[in-house]
Amino acid sequence: MASPQMVMYEEEFNQIRAIVDRLVRDANAQVVFIIDKNGQLIAAAGESEQIDTTSLASLTAGNIAATGGIAKILRENEFTTQFHEGERANIHIQLVGNRVILVVIFNNQTSLGLVRLRVKKATEHLNGIFEILLQKAQDPNQQTPFAEITDDDIDNLFND
Amino acid sequence: MSFINYLSREINCKIVYYGPGLCGKTTNLQYIYNKTNPEAKGKMISLATDTDRTLFFDFLPLALGEIRGFKTRFHLYTVPGQVFYDASRKLILKGVDGVVFVADSQIARAEANQESLENLRTNLAEQQLDLDEVPYVIQYNKRDMPSIMSVEELRAMLNPTRVPDFEAVAVNGDGVFDTLKAVAKLVLTELKRGTPK
Ligand SMILES: Nc1nc2c(ncn2[C@@H]2O[C@H](COP(=O)(O)OP(=O)(O)OP(=O)(O)O)[C@@H](O)[C@H]2O)c(=O)[nH]1
Ligand SMILES: [Mg+2]
Repeated sequence: MASPQMVMYEEEFNQIRAIVDRLVRDANAQVVFIIDKNGQLIAAAGESEQIDTTSLASLTAGNIAATGGIAKILRENEFTTQFHEGERANIHIQLVGNRVILVVIFNNQTSLGLVRLRVKKATEHLNGIFEILLQKAQDPNQQTPFAEITDDDIDNLFND
Repeated sequence: MSFINYLSREINCKIVYYGPGLCGKTTNLQYIYNKTNPEAKGKMISLATDTDRTLFFDFLPLALGEIRGFKTRFHLYTVPGQVFYDASRKLILKGVDGVVFVADSQIARAEANQESLENLRTNLAEQQLDLDEVPYVIQYNKRDMPSIMSVEELRAMLNPTRVPDFEAVAVNGDGVFDTLKAVAKLVLTELKRGTPK
């Protein structure tokens, strides 16, 4: 079938949450997101209510996909870091372990240097966690909630 | 690549609308967007040229309801159909869980349909996916136009394996939700069948 599934469990999710919460504080950032390369939002911290996170996730993933395509043409390794500077908001985008994307949005209350430093540290921790998640997802004994659903369940979804 | 979140009890799937330029992919998403309750949809994003041709993708997040306590969320994408945007099409196809091929029923577009379908197969193969194994439906769009092929002719040309297919007039919405439901159903059925590999 298709590419491997991404699965998120409570234990790892809590670890990821702790890392993004900490990153918001340590880097003095406004918002921090983690997104998978297909544009699904995994976690968010900071003032994320004011932002359309679903849109941001899909556009960031598209952006990373496009620059990855450019890198391929140039026979370059994927560009792992991107930085865009605006008048009020800046955005730092970091590819983590070639699987997920760490996005930090910050203003002039902090500095790019500090953001970079904290992102680097967070990236190391995140790498380990996603490594474990990947292993879990590939474990053939892992139960999926969908093993038990029936055709009726699926049909019912559309009966409205 | 579906994403199952046990914490928020959500399942996310990616569906891609593929097909030749101007066949009506963006129109499908626009109709779905306009007819869906605000609670069930997010913002629709269209990265388009000045002339409303898709440049990179359209994106529409939809919530379809719950199955066994899991919220099902579908991310709908369209590709740019124009031939020279092939590199972008490959990117959008990454991690796809289900495909809708939108064909343009007009006689003049017969060759464009065939080329696009061939291109879909090739681009899926590049990421080790076989079109015959991916949840996949076909829509024969623009049934309202004057010079069109019959459904039998379109079927013979584009659907030899007889996947679910639908006639549509996407501008009026005819067939749009039937197509979406069919592919969503196939995707969920596949999830049920296939434990993660
Ligand atoms: N008559 C008629 N016109 C349609 C129908 N569906 C779409 N159109 C029109 O066809 C034109 C192209 O539609 P789009 O949805 O933008 O086509 P697309 O497949 O997204 O094209 P690209 O973005 O270039 O790949 C628009 O003017 C639509 O209004 C249909 O069923 N009947
Ligand atoms: Mg379009």
